[in-house]
Amino acid sequence: MEILVCVKRVPDTAENEFELNGAGNDLDRDDLVYSVNEWDNYAVEEAIQIVDKVGGNVTVITVGDGESEEVLRREMAMGANNGILLSDDAFEGSDGKGIATILKAEIEKGKYDLILTGAQADEGAGQVGGMLAAMLDLPYASLVNKIEVSDGKIKVGREIEGGNQEMNEISLPCVLSIQTGINEPRYVGIRGIRKVASVEIPVKSASDLGLAADSIGKAGAKTKRIDYFVPDLGAGAEMLEGSTDEIIAKLIEKLKAKGGL
Amino acid sequence: MTQIFAYIPFSNGVAEDIAMEFTTAAAKIDKGASLTAVLTGSGADLDKVANDMTGLYAEVIKISHGDLSYPNAEVVRKALVNVIPAGAIVLAPHNTFGMDLAPGLSVKMNASYAADIVDFAGIEGTVLNASRQELGGAVSTHVAVDIASGAVITIRPGSFAPVDGKTASGAVVDKSANAGDLSAKRKFLEIVQAEVGDVDITKADVLVSIGRGIEEQDNIEIAEELAKAMKTVVSCSRPIVDAKWLEKGRQVGTSGKTVKPKVYMAMGISGSFQHLGGLKGNPFIVAVNKNPKAPIFQVADVGIVANIIEFMPELTSAINDL
Ligand SMILES: Cc1cc2nc3c(=O)[nH]c(=O)nc-3n(C[C@H](O)[C@H](O)[C@H](O)COP(=O)(O)OP(=O)(O)OC[C@H]3O[C@@H](n4cnc5c(N)ncnc54)[C@H](O)[C@@H]3O)c2cc1C
Ligand SMILES: Cc1cc2nc3c(=O)[nH]c(=O)nc-3n(C[C@H](O)[C@H](O)[C@H](O)COP(=O)(O)OP(=O)(O)OC[C@H]3O[C@@H](n4cnc5c(N)ncnc54)[C@H](O)[C@@H]3O)c2cc1C
Repeated sequence: MEILVCVKRVPDTAENEFELNGAGNDLDRDDLVYSVNEWDNYAVEEAIQIVDKVGGNVTVITVGDGESEEVLRREMAMGANNGILLSDDAFEGSDGKGIATILKAEIEKGKYDLILTGAQADEGAGQVGGMLAAMLDLPYASLVNKIEVSDGKIKVGREIEGGNQEMNEISLPCVLSIQTGINEPRYVGIRGIRKVASVEIPVKSASDLGLAADSIGKAGAKTKRIDYFVPDLGAGAEMLEGSTDEIIAKLIEKLKAKGGL
Repeated sequence: MTQIFAYIPFSNGVAEDIAMEFTTAAAKIDKGASLTAVLTGSGADLDKVANDMTGLYAEVIKISHGDLSYPNAEVVRKALVNVIPAGAIVLAPHNTFGMDLAPGLSVKMNASYAADIVDFAGIEGTVLNASRQELGGAVSTHVAVDIASGAVITIRPGSFAPVDGKTASGAVVDKSANAGDLSAKRKFLEIVQAEVGDVDITKADVLVSIGRGIEEQDNIEIAEELAKAMKTVVSCSRPIVDAKWLEKGRQVGTSGKTVKPKVYMAMGISGSFQHLGGLKGNPFIVAVNKNPKAPIFQVADVGIVANIIEFMPELTSAINDL
């Protein structure tokens, strides 16, 4: 089975404290630590496990700048066979549909039985997988937390509200967005990354993909982020301060008053 | 005139709460817009909910078909594309169903897409101004959505004040005949119910809840000891269950359990909306987090900036000494 996994380089929420820049219209990006979108690691692990069972190849792909190559290498160190970087100044300012349009152009050049995305990325939209499927006229299932492969068809479980699982049969080829918890992504060490450090990763531009300038980038974007802001959400928490002993004494009084002790 | 269509999800003959929130959202998009509820399904449940919606929406469209008896997003999408006019604004919930339906619907309707919107600031020309969050709620953004050829927008549940009571006297219009070809490449099979876990966190008055801030599996013991001192049990956020450190039955959130404690101790939890979505009944929330900017501090009653690995044992021994 030929499996394509879409991955995105994102600021790591566990490693960063996010601050607005001086102008207040963007994040202060100077010292941000980036990594692979959490959901995408589960998607790559699932693809590797499927190929281990039924044979085939796993290709990882991303739309990004030069620095995005590192996330492809990381996923190749996990065990993906190939990487493809789609990169061009013309991609700047693309919205979700722009990203899906760029991915579609490359996907149509290959032949994939299964296309996986993460259920969502840093922007929390969860949009690219469903758009890609609709653009390619392929069936789609989101929030997948179980995949059983058989001939020409697969059975997938979708995680729905309350943690219940919605089982579906879906024909191949198809697009699935993967939810965390579907597997336990393998650990990647420095040595693994070193092993794939010199593997060639093709870089493709808008003209390589035959993309019209007005379908992508800023010109094609119908949903645009204007700025970042700090919402006015009222008072927020009463912050307890002082020495640890003082904080604990105050907290215990409050817990007693509220029925916590 | 702006035309807004709200897709109403329901189960067992009852509309989801979001049905009452769409009306507030629609008024914030454009007070003068026409607002229509759209329901898909079959049988008596569909008729009942469609009828209920006439008290909230001036127009209610029902699309009835055996293939729509379970809301398979691919089938629902086909029906909506055939029934909703091009150029309209379509609202759907940002939940597991809306995430399945909406991105593809926007492609097939050739409309803009905006996900997980928490507020609107009206329309200027052909641009709809809205707000949403990124990075798990750590930052908020203003977005501009070009609605010249319509838009599909998912709304975060609980973000718009619900309108209750009878505010309209609409009528149900049956558009089943317009649904068109509903054949699909994805077939719904069955629902597998979540496993019942080792402890029932839904009955607890107090919960010691841990998130990714617990850092290592071995540290869970520290939380267990605090829970024991507080005579209760440990619950958690999703990453703890994904890592298989605790059972699924311990997870609080939209894809876990809904809990209604009096006191909720959020230890190393950032405060994503999916986590908070499982927290009901307005509990007293104590948040301990090493990041003073963690979003949880916006919703907590009491906040403490500390490393939970050090803080929890101190609190445990202070409680044990009482
Ligand atoms: C080069 C570049 C320039 C950008 N410029 C701007 C800008 O100027 N203004 C602005 O507002 N936004 C900009 N963006 C952000 C862009 O709008 C988002 O990447 C897009 O909306 C998809 O991200 P998401 O978080 O919504 O993805 P989601 O739909 O939430 O992600 C779900 C899944 O889709 C796949 N996916 C998402 N993004 C990519 C990707 N880039 N490559 C491969 N797979 C992916 C992954 O599998 C991911 O798990 C830019 C992005 C890129 C890559
Ligand atoms: C469809 C869907 C459904 C979902 N359902 C759920 C759900 O039901 N429940 C749920 O919880 N999530 C759910 N999620 C995931 C959710 O989006 C978040 O990813 C998740 O809630 C984050 O968990 P967290 O707060 O523990 O981790 P993080 O967001 O990583 O936060 C960890 C926090 O701990 C703090 N911290 C780190 N170390 C320490 C320390 N030593 N001391 C103190 N603080 C520390 C950090 O500052 C940070 O604020 C769902 C996601 C999707 C897409």
